[in-house]
This record gives sequence, structure tokens and C-alpha cells, in this order.
Amino acid sequence: MVAFTVNGQKQEAGVDGETPLLWVLREHLKMTGTKFGCGIAACGACTVHIDGAPVRSCITPVSMVEGRSVTTIEGLSADGSHPLQKAWITEQVPQCGYCQSGQIMQAAALLARNKNPSREQIVEQMDGNICRCGTYQKIIAAIQRAAREG
Amino acid sequence: MNQHKQAAALSRRDFVGGAAGLTLAMSFAAAGRFGIDDAEAAEGPLVANVWVTIAPDDTITIMSPAAELGQGSFTALPLILAEELDADWSKVKMAQPPWDTKRYGNPEYGNRLSTTSSFSVRGYFTPLRLAGAQARRVLLDAVAAKWNVPVAELSTEPSLVVHQSSNRKISYGAVAAFAQAPEELPKIEEKDLKPTSAFRLIGKDVPRVDVPLKVRGAAIYAMDVQVPGMIYAAVLQSPYDGGSPQTVDEERARKISGVTDIIKLPAGVAVLGTTVEGTQAGKNALKVTWSNAKGADFDSERALTEFMEIARDTSRRGAEYAKTGNVGPALMDAATVMRGEYRTRHTYHAQMEPLNATASVSADGKSVELWAGTQGPGSLIDEIAGLLKISAANVKLNQQWVGGAYGRRSQNEVVVDAVLLSKAAGKPVKLIWSREDDMTSGKFRPMTAQYIEAGLDAKGKIVAWHHRVVAESVSAYTAAARGNAPPKTDQIVMKGTPIPCYGIPNKLAEHVVEARGTRVSAWRGVGVGHNAFAVECFLDEIAKATGKDPLAIRLELQEGQPRAQTLVRTVAEMSDWSRKREGTGLGIAFMEKDDTLAAGVAEVSIDRASGKLKVHNFWAAIDPGLAVQPRNVAAQTEGGIIFALGHVLREKITIKDGRVQQSNFTDYQVTRMSDIPNVQVKVISTDNKPTGAGEDGVPLVAAAVGNAIFSLTGLRLRELPFSQEQVRGALGA
Repeated sequence: MVAFTVNGQKQEAGVDGETPLLWVLREHLKMTGTKFGCGIAACGACTVHIDGAPVRSCITPVSMVEGRSVTTIEGLSADGSHPLQKAWITEQVPQCGYCQSGQIMQAAALLARNKNPSREQIVEQMDGNICRCGTYQKIIAAIQRAAREG
Repeated sequence: MNQHKQAAALSRRDFVGGAAGLTLAMSFAAAGRFGIDDAEAAEGPLVANVWVTIAPDDTITIMSPAAELGQGSFTALPLILAEELDADWSKVKMAQPPWDTKRYGNPEYGNRLSTTSSFSVRGYFTPLRLAGAQARRVLLDAVAAKWNVPVAELSTEPSLVVHQSSNRKISYGAVAAFAQAPEELPKIEEKDLKPTSAFRLIGKDVPRVDVPLKVRGAAIYAMDVQVPGMIYAAVLQSPYDGGSPQTVDEERARKISGVTDIIKLPAGVAVLGTTVEGTQAGKNALKVTWSNAKGADFDSERALTEFMEIARDTSRRGAEYAKTGNVGPALMDAATVMRGEYRTRHTYHAQMEPLNATASVSADGKSVELWAGTQGPGSLIDEIAGLLKISAANVKLNQQWVGGAYGRRSQNEVVVDAVLLSKAAGKPVKLIWSREDDMTSGKFRPMTAQYIEAGLDAKGKIVAWHHRVVAESVSAYTAAARGNAPPKTDQIVMKGTPIPCYGIPNKLAEHVVEARGTRVSAWRGVGVGHNAFAVECFLDEIAKATGKDPLAIRLELQEGQPRAQTLVRTVAEMSDWSRKREGTGLGIAFMEKDDTLAAGVAEVSIDRASGKLKVHNFWAAIDPGLAVQPRNVAAQTEGGIIFALGHVLREKITIKDGRVQQSNFTDYQVTRMSDIPNVQVKVISTDNKPTGAGEDGVPLVAAAVGNAIFSLTGLRLRELPFSQEQVRGALGA
């Protein structure tokens, strides 16, 4: 049994401690906003925050989050009102949308520690997140907009 | 229950039970005489025709027949109808129609239900306008009768019918409360439609309806579906096409926690169980030997050399794909003949959502419910009905939001396996492919070797053009999978060879089909992707040989093609083409795909020590006819350019002993953010019927970058990708 907090709510998962956090979130807790893309931390689709830091949940054993606080896209804001989510809509970023939860969580971690990142800092932070539809330019614009408009 | 009622009932279940992500505050209205019991139609809603239903609360529900793959059609199609209906867009809801090809099939496809080839807006544009105008006319006629005024005195404002002379207005919802559609619907012709100058929605960049869901993680993809009582499955597939399991050592797999059963499939071995991680680990622990098949000893490196030899051997004729004039004599008579060779590799779709499906076969085996993201719902339903030997009406498909497709999801083998497993297990089964499964069982854009001969007259004008493409045939491959004979030609591989915008009197394009047993499919941009690479690079070689500017030679060949010339001039202007650069080079490319035209210019630099290529800028212009959603057209073109950059820089699938050598994003490296140039796209909306706009950035990139490398270094790179090794090797030589 692993006990931890997800989006402010206490959760207990009766699974093997080695089970990737991704599958605990998606299949056991039925929070499917966090996506499976590669299983080896090479695409970023599964990005969540653990105590505010971005991690790839696909390679994170659930035992590692014992007693810690996990935030997923569902918990980033109650109603989609996080500045990044608003900027993502204004810039019409998503196409297929499958990678976008991970993109937004990765970007949110950046803005939390750097309120006004340069383009280079954005690219450095976001380079591990793949978007096959090719929305990178819009992602950069949306992060810059969120930084500007808060 | 008659057929209409079945369809409507099925669709109602779709909305309520199934695709939660697609159910945008859906309140599916009774389909009146088109479907559900007429009794339900009292006090509205008004079912104006099969496409649109108006509720007394002013909600307008419009069927959206295309799969939403990321291309935006789920918004664009209802928008077209709403325009002619003169609907208040804020009151419009979208609904997924029943999979009824007669009513909702794409006329561009002989009424099949398919979301491929960027054909959605193109195929549905006129039918949806007519349906919108017809629904508007139903409303006007009802009000004219009610108020006893001539219908000609009525007009509309967004969701209002207006009688100006008596200063009366009534909302569409209020009309719906009393009106019913007549037995025979009003006839509408194209001449009754709005002039483009009166458009309020088309061309005005309405935000996409899927975007708010996608930024909250609330869009439900097939991967997200959970069905009561379901179990999970993973499948170890034959490494090559046509292999079936011979010996299966399942001892280790059986011991893995969560694994409950192991089942042989025609082309794989499935591990069933109670968890994703358990079934995946079980699959990885299997040891299976496979029967021999045609592709079992395929070696892509050896084959590419062979393909190139075949391409050069013009005595081996291929299937004629496009022909103008008589190329043979014209080449004989030419003052000069130039020859160019180009090669492209197998490329993988890498859609971010690995293939997956959930299936639930009923206990009696006579019906099935599916949850999937597919580009071909019509063919999928037929395929599953054939598999289970049941009526297509008993196949219920819940189409989900689709996490990328790019051609891959027009083949549905993962859904077939999920159905077989559900039937065997007697439970709903969710089959998930890992990324490794998705890549090693990929169906790739075929590798090509291309050979072009061009005949020039004494003045250097191109008088003959003979383009030979040696590759697998995608159409033959997919036909064989369905037990059909191969079609005569393969447009998937050959699109992009007819070059209709270039005025060359004698042209011939041939496809020399080499069937080596490789799994292949359409890939974003289809044949135009690899063919424009060859065509546009070769044009630059001819420009160089004849002392012409690459821009000038295109404008010359496009004489009498003002749409094409406008695009070429536009990108020349955007890129400041004639300005000398220090340390960077410019290259230009043009493409035509299914009547959509685009041009692009790339600006590149090369680090000579490492061979690393950097694309700094990419300027593109696209003419998709009338742009229904111009901003989305620009986004699609930009996305296509960024997508394609990966296979220009690095992406390459190689196959040895029939086995795909790459397995994940570590060894198949798609475009990342650090790779992207500054991309600028101009959408030139013209008064022509809309064509497609989902793929047209893709074909521009390889040629524009290749031509820019040539202009910078004088080196002509003839093979994709332009990897660091290739560039370094070329520079060293």
C-alpha cells in the first residue's frame, strides 16, 4: 500500500511499489489526463509534478511518491484557468492534443521558478517534450504569453 | 426496428455512453422522420435535415462526420453548415453522426466514411453548405406560413428570422418549438448559396472546439477509455508481415503478477491480465518463433541499392501513373539530357498516442462495441463485421479523439486483435501497444529510389521529363490485406509526380513496384513528400546547369499558372530571396497536392566540423482555395513543416533480417523544440473551392533544405535524411 496526495487529495494505492506512477494515476485512480507516450522518459507526455518538480511518471515507481504530493493536469487548476491553460487557448496550441498535458505541466514547472524565461530557457526546459503535430512554435508563444499576462 | 431507427438509436447510445470526449454538452435530438419516433418531435426540436437539429432553447446540433486527428475538421465542418444556416455560432454543438455512409459519407470518396488525404473540408464543403441553406429555408418557410407573409420578405440574422417591414423577429429556437420539416425538403442549388463576401464564419478564424478540453486533460482518447469489467492485453507481434507464431515459450510470462492468460493470434501472441504493466512485462517475457514469410529476410540497406539500380534501368517499365505527350522521342531529340538520382527511407508515423483499442464482444458473439480512434470508421466497421460474420449494424463504434494519425490509423489491425481477444476472453479487452510495439510493427512510408531524366532543347528549355519511382505499392499492400487484387496504380506512392503546374510538353511518371513484404502505409503528405524532394532538387540542378536562378526557372515553368506563381513570388518576398547572406544559404521548393498549392524557402547553415545542419528560417505560402479556417490552415502548414523536419534531419527506419532496427524515440529521433526554425506561413485564400490543408507543409521541407545546402556549399545531397554523417561525409569528400 502506497499513500500519497494527488491534486490535494489523499490516495492509497494497493499496488506493487514498482508499478509506474503513470499507470497508478491512469488505470487505478482513473485520472487519464496524464498520457502514455513512450514508457522510457523520452517524450514527456506523462509529465506530472512531485512536490512541484516535473517528473516523468512512466519511469517513476509509485513507491517513490510515498508521503509526497503529486499534481497532474487535472489539478493544475480547478477550471482550466491557469495562465498557461488560458494562453494555450488564446494561441490555439493543441492539434491532436495528446502531448499537451505533459507540455503544460513541464511549462508550469518552469514558470513556477522563472517568471520571465528567455526563449533559450524555454527551449532548454521543453526539449524533452515531443509534439509530433509540430506545435512547438505555438507552445513557445503561449509560454511567453502566460509569462507576460500572468 | 427499421434501418433508420437503428442508426439513430445507435447514434444516441454513441453520444450518451461512449465517446465522452466527443460529447460536447450533447443533447441528441430526436431525428423525427429521419430516425427516431415522430412522437418525440412534438414541441420541437426541429430536425431540419439529417445534418442539423434545432432545439427550442436555441441550441443547434450539427453532425461532424470527420475524425478529429488534430487537423481541426471537427470544428471546420459544422462551421460550413452554420454559415449557410446563419446560425449563432455560440449556440452550436457538434455531434458525431451514426456511421451511415449513405447520409454521412464523404462524396469525394464515393461516400465512404474516411478521414484521410485532407479530404474532409474538400469533400463536405458543398454538401454542408447546401444542408445549411436547406435548413435555413425550412425555418423561413415555417415562419412565412405562421406569419402569413411571403417568404421573400423574410431574412435572417444569426439564429433569428426577421421580417423587416413589420419589424418582427423570431429566434430559431422559437421556430423549432412549433415547426416541423416538410415531408419533402426544399430543393437548394449552389446558386442559392451565400456569396463569399457575406460570410460571417467561413474565413473568420473561429476557435477550435476541442482546444479547451485538450488543455485540461479532459479530451478522452481511445487510450483513456475504461469499460466496466475490462481486462488488459499486450501482443507480441510477428517482427515481419505474414509471420505467425510457431513455438511459444510462455513459462516466464505466466509467472508475472497480473498475467491471467496467453492466447495465440494469427500474427502474434497475446498476454491478457489485470494490469497494463503486468501484461506488458508478460509480453516482453515471451519467447516465440515465427513462421517464414516474404519479408522475413528483408534488408533495407541492400534493397535500397537494388532499388536504385532498378530505377536506372529504364528497360524495366513500371506502372504508368501520369503521362503527357510522348517522352521517349522527346528525350531522343533533346539537345541535352540530364539525369538525377534520389533516395528516401522508410519513415515512421510516431503519432504520440500508441495504437490501442478496446473491444467488447457480446456473449453470443453477435454484436460488438468498439472504442477506438480511427481514420477509417466505415472500413473498420465492415472489417469487424466480416471478422465476426455479423451485420455491420451490430458493430457499434465509439470514435474517440485521436492522438495523431498521419495516415497510420487508416489500417486497423489493433482493433481486429482487440476484438479477437475479447471474443476469446469473454470480456471487454483493452489492447495497448507500447511505443516499441508501435514502432517495430510500424507501417512506414515506403523507401524510394528515384531516377529522373530531363531533356532540354538547345535554349535550355525543359521539353521532356521522365520520373521513375521504385518502391513498394501501398495500395497493393492494403488491398492484399483485405484479400483484394492490387489496383493498377498507387496514388499513395505516386502523388506529386504529375507536376501539373510545370508546363513541360512531354512527361511520364512510372512506378516500378518492388513488393518485398514490407509493412507500408500512407504517411503525412503521401507521395508528394518523397517525390517533391526529387522533383524540386532536380529542378535546381537544371537551373544551375542552364545558368538560371532557382526562383526564375520555377516562374518560367509556371507560365499561365498565376496561383502557383503568386506563391513562389510570395515566398521570395518573405525570404528576401535575392539578398546575399553571410554563412547561410537559401533554397526554394514548390508543391501541388490534390489541387492545393504551396511554396517554401528554407535558410540553413552548416557547422563544417561536425556536419550539423541548422535550419534557421522557413517561409511558406499556401493556396488551399478558399480557406475555411485560415489560422488553422497556417497552423497545419507550420506543423507539417516542423513534422517533416525530423525526416530531413534524422528520422530513418532500417530493417535487417525482416526486423525493424529502431524501437523508441531514442533511436528514431523526431523533431524536437531545439530543432525548429522560425516558421512563417502566409495563407493565400482564393476564390476556388477549398481543397485540403493538413499535409502541405511536409513536401516542401526536404527539397527546400536540400536546395539551401546546395546554394550554401555546392553539395547536392541525394538521400534523406541529411544526417550529420551524410553531411560531414559530403563535406569531407
